[in-house]
Amino acid sequence: MDDLQDRLQNIRWIQPFNDGGWDNGISIDYLKDLVDYWQNEFNWRKQEAALNSFHQYKVNIEDYQIHFVKEQGAGPDRVPLLMLHGWPDSFYRFHKIIPLLTDRVNSNEDGNGSFDIIAPSLPGFAFTDSPPGEVTEQHMRHVAELLYKLMTEVLGYNRFAIAGGDGGSPLAQLIAIYHPESVIGIYLTDLGWHVSSIDHSLLSKKEKHYLEASQKLFMKQGAYAMVQGTKPQTIAYNLTDSPVGLAAWIMDRFHFWSDGEIEDHFSKDELLTNIMIYWVTGNIASSIRGYRLEMQSPSLTTKDYVKIPVGLGLFPKDIGGIPPREFAERTLNVQHWKEMPRGGHFTAWEEPEAMAEDIRKFIGKLRMKNFE
Amino acid sequence: MSAEKFQIKIADEALIDLNNRLQKTRWPDERPGSGWDFGTDLSQLKELVNYWQNDYDWRKQEAELNRLSHFKAEISDMAIHFVHEHGKGPDPFPIILTHGYPDSFLRFQKIIPLLTDPVAYGADRSDSFDVVVPSIPGY
Repeated sequence: MDDLQDRLQNIRWIQPFNDGGWDNGISIDYLKDLVDYWQNEFNWRKQEAALNSFHQYKVNIEDYQIHFVKEQGAGPDRVPLLMLHGWPDSFYRFHKIIPLLTDRVNSNEDGNGSFDIIAPSLPGFAFTDSPPGEVTEQHMRHVAELLYKLMTEVLGYNRFAIAGGDGGSPLAQLIAIYHPESVIGIYLTDLGWHVSSIDHSLLSKKEKHYLEASQKLFMKQGAYAMVQGTKPQTIAYNLTDSPVGLAAWIMDRFHFWSDGEIEDHFSKDELLTNIMIYWVTGNIASSIRGYRLEMQSPSLTTKDYVKIPVGLGLFPKDIGGIPPREFAERTLNVQHWKEMPRGGHFTAWEEPEAMAEDIRKFIGKLRMKNFE
Repeated sequence: MSAEKFQIKIADEALIDLNNRLQKTRWPDERPGSGWDFGTDLSQLKELVNYWQNDYDWRKQEAELNRLSHFKAEISDMAIHFVHEHGKGPDPFPIILTHGYPDSFLRFQKIIPLLTDPVAYGADRSDSFDVVVPSIPGY
């Protein structure tokens, strides 16, 4: 904490450019405001205590010390739900939705059931370090196996559901593809980045239009992914040594991936707690390495198809916007489709009520079939 | 629009601040054995930073850079820094050397004497140049 305070006090700021706006990257005015709060008002001990109000555990699975939150739902009728985050967030993405899902809510679709929530820090993220011998061939496939073992061998669930977005989406798909007998359904907020490499000649006009628009956007917004997918180690030095550099790299994504202004949805305390989870653990380096590992050895391709039921809850300001349903159906057995009226990339964190309600609708039908 | 003589003289505080930062470097981990494949190699960068912190002498380098003739000139509200070295010969031809990123005027430190003083390097004195090396705007 002292070291961080020291660094924040001694920041060397760059000269403002472009009237402090967002056009060339993160707004210097916004960043200065956030850093000022970080230095003078943010209280990590308070946030730490709030994080510790969740039940957290660590377990060794194949040399990975996996950290996870496990919260038991109310009542007798509970579906175990594995919740998988992405980058640049962490298990913290789910801090608002967890109490909504562990609570027992009477609803037409979902009876009066609740969920047991298991929200791990993915390997290389937050409190799950990446071991020196991290698997590099089909890295996500390996991570999916670790998560499967967590749910089955460690926690003893024979049947469970998964919800995931960003990196959590392909992971959920991989577990569903390789262990269909254990997964009752997966709820996704995006299709996974692998779908962009689909053979374009197969696509309808509507699908082509969607893909072209999202690829055009990627050329304007995707620098972070290209850096992380090619030379993650080079940017890791900056992000590990400079708190303001780390905050800038992460907040630029929150700005472009949120619906409206950042702080319409996230308080400074929340934004900084997410950044702190990367800072205090030093795991920004291993978290971005996943992009490179997956780029050189993909775990999921457009030949893969998820046969078990898939629910899609799609938020309009998520990366690329809402895809055509027929596009989603090329790789997923879509049983539930919800286009949210608002919200962006951080889904469960940005619009927890809407997502919780939608998860209940989707899983509720499966709950009756699988657990009664 | 006249050019003023210029010397590089970095304040002691800046060097102390830098040394502080180098001392407190927080290093990332790396994928073992990845070398330069995932980006800048960790052990080589550590070695360079160790030299920077303990052996590198900015004042010595600064003095060396200041052996060149530096100027600043105000052009269209921009204070442009440049090195101007006169050629040794009967009729030196003016040449401007423009650098790129991620280098600077330093890129041409070694080639300047070869161009201004061809005789010293076994070439013809009539081939000398007046060399102008600007720090291009923003650098």
